[in-house]
Amino acid sequence: MFTIFGIPGPLLFGQLLLGLINGAFYAMLSLGLAVIFGLLNIINFAHGALFMMGAFVAWMLLNYAGIGYWWALLLAPLIVGAFGLVLERTLISRLYKLDHLYGLLLTFGLALVIEGLFRNEYGSSGMPYQIPSALQGATNLGFMFLPNYRGWVVVAALVVCIATWLLIEKTKLGAMLRAATENAPLVQAFGVNVPRMVTLTYAGGVALAALAGVLAAPIYSVNPNMGSSFINTVFAVVVIGGMGSIIGSVITGFGLGVIEGLTKVFYPEASATVVFVVMAIVLLTRPAGLFGKAA
Amino acid sequence: MTFPMTTRRALLGAAALPLATGLAAPRARAAGKPIRIGVLNDMSGPYRDTTGAMSVACTRLAVAEFAASKGLTVEVLSADHQNKPDVGAGIARQWFDRDGVDMIMDVPTSSVALAVNSVCREKNKVFINSGAATTGLTGKQCSPNTIHYTYDTWMLARSTGGNTVKAGGDTWFFITADYVFGHELEEITARFVTDAKGKVLGHSVYPFPGTTDFSSFLLAAQAAGAKVLGLANAGTDTVNCVKQAHEFGLAPAMRVAALLMTIPDVHALGLATARGLLLTESFYWNLNDRTRAFTARAKPLLGGRMANMIQAGCYAGTLHYLKAVADMGVDAARADGAAVVARMKAMPTDDDVFGPGKIRADGQLLVPSYLFEVKTPEQSKGDWDYYNLLATTEPGEAWQPMDPGCPLVKA
Repeated sequence: MFTIFGIPGPLLFGQLLLGLINGAFYAMLSLGLAVIFGLLNIINFAHGALFMMGAFVAWMLLNYAGIGYWWALLLAPLIVGAFGLVLERTLISRLYKLDHLYGLLLTFGLALVIEGLFRNEYGSSGMPYQIPSALQGATNLGFMFLPNYRGWVVVAALVVCIATWLLIEKTKLGAMLRAATENAPLVQAFGVNVPRMVTLTYAGGVALAALAGVLAAPIYSVNPNMGSSFINTVFAVVVIGGMGSIIGSVITGFGLGVIEGLTKVFYPEASATVVFVVMAIVLLTRPAGLFGKAA
Repeated sequence: MTFPMTTRRALLGAAALPLATGLAAPRARAAGKPIRIGVLNDMSGPYRDTTGAMSVACTRLAVAEFAASKGLTVEVLSADHQNKPDVGAGIARQWFDRDGVDMIMDVPTSSVALAVNSVCREKNKVFINSGAATTGLTGKQCSPNTIHYTYDTWMLARSTGGNTVKAGGDTWFFITADYVFGHELEEITARFVTDAKGKVLGHSVYPFPGTTDFSSFLLAAQAAGAKVLGLANAGTDTVNCVKQAHEFGLAPAMRVAALLMTIPDVHALGLATARGLLLTESFYWNLNDRTRAFTARAKPLLGGRMANMIQAGCYAGTLHYLKAVADMGVDAARADGAAVVARMKAMPTDDDVFGPGKIRADGQLLVPSYLFEVKTPEQSKGDWDYYNLLATTEPGEAWQPMDPGCPLVKA
């Protein structure tokens, strides 16, 4: 068996792959955040709570309606996205003229309220959610056993990230969205309903969080705090990638997953802090983030 | 950019403290001289389901069953300490100084328990701990005002570690939360493993809190080729570890021993995932006729769930406390907390939760501990039918020998 820096090669490859899988979650969550920030200028602190709602809605669909995982992948983002739509229309839309800080405070408060309500109803220890039967089991890759479900998560996350990027960068709708963020009155003058577009963008970002929640439900504990344990890292990812940069958030998400995975091999005690060390270094050298445009 | 968890909890804390204590105040002035019991635990955080409102319900059950028959007037208060020592100690002080509380019950989270322990001693009140794992309460910080019910890290390690090696699980790998509780649990368990001629092949220490993915550590455990994976953590971390161990197919080559896990966690995992887990509790609802009788009486108060050892321990502790109060008289009991604790130690305990037992000079309740294996979905005959009993450790063996560091031991 060969070794790299004293670590057996197979173990190292295994950890790299696992890092990539965790990175897939970071990428999907930071993608939604980046879309919302890029187009609405709202720092959506409720993102973790909405991720949690996605997982809970999947659990509810299964337990109250008998609807399984595959339909939940479609329905949960729609349901939570609709909830996001209501949030945007009733609360968030009132803040666009104000400083960023108000949006941050509002969404942070919303996160506390949503998590509190779920905790009150479902407790803190979590709900069981099984891996769908088609994806149970593991595949022997030679250097590690890869659970089939994890493989699916990486593929699904990559597809979603690429699709979102294509939608925003390469379609007419995306072009209008980008134009609206640059100069909303002008776009409106061309007959485009900008407020509706903004609402749908928020709902879309929220739906991405919910989709990540459904993907996470079979492998992480489905409990009201599950979002808050992710959200700090995800915000770091967004900052490193460059606020509002879609491609930046995706690449940084996967990249940081790998860095975190490697840290777990060499010095596990630091694996929770390494992301923030990277963030500090990036902010010192490139204040706008790796892929951000300087203001 | 990022808000640390502490900030978030501190915001909540500022709001909850006056609420928790302020509500109790008017009643305190209006009533005559009742006995007041304060259940202090986690009502909103990670230990809400393992302590929380169900601990309060079990305390109330003991009051309802015993107090009326002896003509005692007993009131039960409750508050949320949010797992913060300063918040817990603050509530304890206000309860004693303003609200006339005589006994504090439960108090999970070792750091909070130790803080409340010294407040109770200072005010000469009674502290019955059911929720915290630290052996410190009966060790160097033992107090004439404190009794430790239900469980501690030593008892868990002795039962799960010692008995598992005896059953053939002689090579171990630990996944350990990087704080005092995790390190203590790993260290004591490892000692039992090596004492029983077992071997510890390695460990992974992970940052706490903030870790949700344990697959790297599971992979390391698999690579080490141990027969048993010891989880030296608690709550959501344990649930995540077990869920992911199942996903990575650790069983049947490796058995998972959750060093601190109780029945609400098993319920959260579901049997399909939790099957085969090894864990220790000192109470299980379906253990014998007496535990089933207790459960039948408690059921209407528990909202369809089952009590774990900690919550049931609140019933047992309250019952024994009230017996001592009835024996001494309310006025004498209210005047001197240490005297009540001394009386509780002098009387043998007997309740439907733990059966007969006794309280040692250092304040430790001596009852058996049980090693359970979680049933498979096929073995389970109904709701909450979760455990197979694997081994019983008798009271004489189950608890740490008295620590000479505890002043009460020399006396």
